[in-house]
Amino acid sequence: MNWKLICKLDDIPQLGSRVVQRATGGDIAVFRTADDEVFAMHDKCPHKGGPLSQGIVHGRRVTCPLHGWNIGLDDGHAVAPDIGRCDTFKVKVEHGDVYLAV
Amino acid sequence: MSKPRLVLIGNGMAGVRTVEELLKIKPDHYDITIFGAEPHPNYNRILLSPVLAGEMQIKDIILNELDWYAANNITLHTGKEVVRIDRVKRKVIAADGLEVPYDRLLIATGSTPFMLPIPGNDLPGVIGYRDIKDTDEMIATAARHKHAVVIGGGLLGLEAANGLKLRGMDVTVVHLGPWLLERQLDEVAGQMLQKSLEDKGLKFLLSTQTEALIQGESGRVAAVRFKGGMQIPADLVVMAAGIRPNYALAEAAGIYCNRGVVVNDTMQTYDPKIYAVGECVSHRGIAYGLVAPLFEQAKVAANHLAGYGIGRYTGSVTSTKLKVTGIDLFSAGNFMGGEGTEEIVLNDPYGGVYKKLVLKENKLVGGVMYGDTADGPWYFQLLKDQRDIHDIRDSLIFGQSLVGDVGHAGNSKAADMPDSAEVCGCNGVTKGCIVKAIKEKGLFTLDEVKKHTKAASSCGSCAGLVEQILASTIGGAYTPAALDSKPVCGCTDHSHKVVREAIFKEHLTRKEAVFEILNWKTPNGCDKCRPAINYYLISSWPHEAKDDAQSRFINERAHANIQKDGTYSVVPRMWGGLTTPAELRAIADAAEKYNVPTVKVTGGQRIDLLGVKKEDLPAMWADLNAAGMVSGHAYGKSIRTVKTCVGAEHCRFGTQLAMDMGVKLEKMLFDMYAPHKVKLAVSGCPRNCAEAGIKDVGVIGVDSGYELYIGGNGGIKTEVAQFLCKVKSDEEVMEYAGAFLQLYREEGWYLERTCHYLDRVGLDYVKGRILEDEEGRKAYYFRLLDSLKDARDPWQTSREAEPIKQFIPIKLEA
Repeated sequence: MNWKLICKLDDIPQLGSRVVQRATGGDIAVFRTADDEVFAMHDKCPHKGGPLSQGIVHGRRVTCPLHGWNIGLDDGHAVAPDIGRCDTFKVKVEHGDVYLAV
Repeated sequence: MSKPRLVLIGNGMAGVRTVEELLKIKPDHYDITIFGAEPHPNYNRILLSPVLAGEMQIKDIILNELDWYAANNITLHTGKEVVRIDRVKRKVIAADGLEVPYDRLLIATGSTPFMLPIPGNDLPGVIGYRDIKDTDEMIATAARHKHAVVIGGGLLGLEAANGLKLRGMDVTVVHLGPWLLERQLDEVAGQMLQKSLEDKGLKFLLSTQTEALIQGESGRVAAVRFKGGMQIPADLVVMAAGIRPNYALAEAAGIYCNRGVVVNDTMQTYDPKIYAVGECVSHRGIAYGLVAPLFEQAKVAANHLAGYGIGRYTGSVTSTKLKVTGIDLFSAGNFMGGEGTEEIVLNDPYGGVYKKLVLKENKLVGGVMYGDTADGPWYFQLLKDQRDIHDIRDSLIFGQSLVGDVGHAGNSKAADMPDSAEVCGCNGVTKGCIVKAIKEKGLFTLDEVKKHTKAASSCGSCAGLVEQILASTIGGAYTPAALDSKPVCGCTDHSHKVVREAIFKEHLTRKEAVFEILNWKTPNGCDKCRPAINYYLISSWPHEAKDDAQSRFINERAHANIQKDGTYSVVPRMWGGLTTPAELRAIADAAEKYNVPTVKVTGGQRIDLLGVKKEDLPAMWADLNAAGMVSGHAYGKSIRTVKTCVGAEHCRFGTQLAMDMGVKLEKMLFDMYAPHKVKLAVSGCPRNCAEAGIKDVGVIGVDSGYELYIGGNGGIKTEVAQFLCKVKSDEEVMEYAGAFLQLYREEGWYLERTCHYLDRVGLDYVKGRILEDEEGRKAYYFRLLDSLKDARDPWQTSREAEPIKQFIPIKLEA
């Protein structure tokens, strides 16, 4: 597994996110919950491709800014009754540094 | 530690709904045991009539399959009647001797049909109409026998009679009252109903008292004899002369009963460990027999069983719908009228349509509809909301479509719509999808339909239509929630009203405090409640409550509008729609420098730069700021624009300096956040070129001053602004307009436009606060100016804020 240091935990606001740009494969959204859990997934809503990083984070979910789909941060699944899935990425926090597996 | 034990006596709709509500808000809190006297899992008793009529099967009306009980670890005893409650040892004892201890007991024993105390009422072939067993017996009898007599011309009796007729029997309905459904209909509607049922082949004997049931040679009932001696043949007699609450079990246990198990507003009996809901209950002296009130009771009982202690049941206004295919009738509230009431009546006997609305002091208090009931739920909502209807009184009787629901004119007869008809234009949802979801998923509320089908979840203009479909699909089970008690979202049972008041009264300044004090069900809310709470906090406690960026929708966080491809649009403010060559040059330069693909003139008299990358926003703002321009707030629930005409500055018809007035208003309101977006317009004369009639605040110059209009809206549903007052000077325009906007900012619910706010509180109320109370008006105006005293351009603020991380992507090297 290729762990890449991306930022400090404090560089991501609580209940917020940051966008990680890759040369190929599309952007990744990295989220931080109120309990300082960090999750990462494709920055692309399974509905119409909205940038999930721009959504409101609540609990372990993010609401897409375009049409209000709720996506589970831990598994990338759309919350019922919507159906769809977003690819997730492994992410870890060590000594206040956030690492992303790409 | 073992969990507390909850025992439910009665496996019916009210009891099981309570358990469902409980599991929703506090799963795993109790060990739950349910006793049901019938051998079936919980089913929808209301739909027995369609089963009898052959339109549905028993399997279609099961609400909770056995799997559901297992999945929720509920111990279910079907076909087992509880015969005793031992309150001292806190246990219930079933007929077969089984004993189950409880910590909390919920009694939902329902009711039984009232069997007339006449000779022969226990003969074979004489039944009530209550459960699957009765229904099966009626279906079996209809296959072998000819003559049926239904005693009682109420809802249940007529549904039974209709079903038996459809099954081929010769049916006579005997009714003691002077007309059918005398508790739901007035005489005219009752007679129209009788006529259409007679056309279907039913026979009626009204004002007729039954004296005895006569036994035939076979041992079963053979005839019915009436007072006066008349006798008619009967192989089946269905007693539908009312229901009696089943409270004998509770009463035998020493719980106070009075024609029902007496409960308080928290659904608690006189024994605090014992709750009761449903038809067996007597609440404030009333025993309800319709499902909607029972569901409201279930919600309250569940909340108290969960230990949250929020919510009271204070009684229900009920509405009625008869589930006989092809017959449409609806009634609600006080439909007979009486002292101090007025009536609006529409009567078309030939067309088979009759509507009567009963009004009191410009509010709807009741109504009856026959033949065309599509607007029933709308009227019922008006009634529950206590909406002042004086402004729509002229066309009220013709229904919602004539009151200006432009999106769906001529399309509101929900029952007549074909399944393929599109209901929700935003999400492309057809009537068929909605009906299917309601039936398959067992949906009962508008919110549930929104969640499952997405209908009415975007612009919301079809919500009324969806409610009508809901009502016509599930009939009496439909419960429209009163406006001011609708929960903010799924995270809470509290309404906007309660949340606003709590924030103000308890002096709450942080969202965490709101979540804690109001027992939020989620740790940090959701995308619906967080923006609302954030607005309530900053508008109630300006300069004190801290704005929480993460609770704002992205547009308000990025000070730009997100577009479908994830880019943003930038709209610099042009005060009163005025600009200069220098500003236009700066805009043109910025458009070229940042490769803006689309430049568009907006409806609010300014220029929109579309397709900007988020990371370019801060630099672009810096360029625009340098040219003296600031954010146009085109993205916010905030002041948007003040549109002006050229006014007396140039126009040969102008009477007032419209541009100057507009600029002053826009500068006063700069950076003002509100429950929803706010748009103003100033026209220099009554020709009204600035379209002030469809703005939240419209100002129209006349020779002697200005006319002020409020609550206009040019959106989904065009609303013409209402005249507030006439004032003389520019200063007065600012004071009156400012005071009204502050009133709205303090009392409006999040996402409620001024027109909806006005709808809710009434123009007279606003006049009372703004026109008749000078001190109050000045106080509102002062509070507005005070809360805006530190207003600063958000572009400048956010690009200067260190660090501006949200705009900068993290680059990942390959």
